[in-house]
Amino acid sequence: MHELSFVVRIIDIAEKEARKAGSKSISKIELDIGKLSTIEPLAFDMAWKCGIKYSMLQDAECVINYITGTAICMDCENKFELSEYGTPCPNCGCYHSQIIEGKDLLVKSISVN
Amino acid sequence: MCVTCGCGSHEHNASPAAHHTHGHGHHHNHNHDHQHEHEHHVQDRMITLEKDILYENNLLAQRNRGFLDAKQIMALNLVSSPGSGKTMLLERTINDLKNEIPLFVIEGDQQTNRDAERILKTGARAVQINTGKGCHLDAHMVLHAIQDLKPEENSILFIENVGNLVCPAMFDLGENHRVVIMSVTEGDDKPIKYPDMFHSSNLCVISKCDLLPYVQFDVEQAKKYASQINPNLEFIQLSCTSGEGMEDWYNWLKQKRKQPEPA
Repeated sequence: MHELSFVVRIIDIAEKEARKAGSKSISKIELDIGKLSTIEPLAFDMAWKCGIKYSMLQDAECVINYITGTAICMDCENKFELSEYGTPCPNCGCYHSQIIEGKDLLVKSISVN
Repeated sequence: MCVTCGCGSHEHNASPAAHHTHGHGHHHNHNHDHQHEHEHHVQDRMITLEKDILYENNLLAQRNRGFLDAKQIMALNLVSSPGSGKTMLLERTINDLKNEIPLFVIEGDQQTNRDAERILKTGARAVQINTGKGCHLDAHMVLHAIQDLKPEENSILFIENVGNLVCPAMFDLGENHRVVIMSVTEGDDKPIKYPDMFHSSNLCVISKCDLLPYVQFDVEQAKKYASQINPNLEFIQLSCTSGEGMEDWYNWLKQKRKQPEPA
């Protein structure tokens, strides 16, 4: 249920920047959503459709890059991909790893006119 | 509107005006010929932002952290599912430590002042945040709660988050440590079912341990699961009813209070 609150934050960021640029509407927005963040794609899509109504993003194309999780094993330094927390290193089998990618939520860019 | 943090500005309350402007523009565009549409498209400008969606929350969290650091207040964010015994842990802790350490509490719940009232009965100062339908506390709510509460220097500030093992994981409040509480009446596989919270916490308190003889909760298994999610997680087992393990908790608080935060 927190997806809507993220959508509202995204709209806020995008509208502020668009206004700064002297624009009244946004034609495209690009987001990076880490697969290890707590965003559920289906819930996000639904929240997005509801949230953007009557905003400057109402007709904007929304491009989402879902970023795959990546970790480095602290024991053997192997770099590996993971789709959920608690995934052991495929090389040495230990759980001492550090997530280096896949947690971020970013507004990459907007296109305004 | 709040002068210090600009709240109100992110409430998305400019919608009707935006709707009007946009509705008008859209209609207008459609009446133009193809040539104009094309030029219009060419005029689109891309603005690179690379902005964290939570940047506003994170800025306010750092502001809270700076205030708390300057006053040498240790802030703990207590997170768990509903009913794990967060408020009971605070009541017992305050009763046992109130003559040694000044303690302050921010209570977060969707509705009612019941938890804050329970804390006030122990003699500690507390404020209640009601999130309404909101499922988590954020740094902005905590900023205002700190302004109301005015915690003393060298105190411990407990922030009891809304009972929810999912959403509060995403929101930095400006705390020094995040404490996840798991009671033995829950499943010992909670850490792997709700990994985000265990991944982002520093300490896991296993509560209601006096009930262990009556429930099917394998403490070692729970710790094993939680360590798979977060190898740096510390553990304390305790019971507010029997008092077992409470000393470990108090020692942890006292020890962390002495350690300066890394810059």
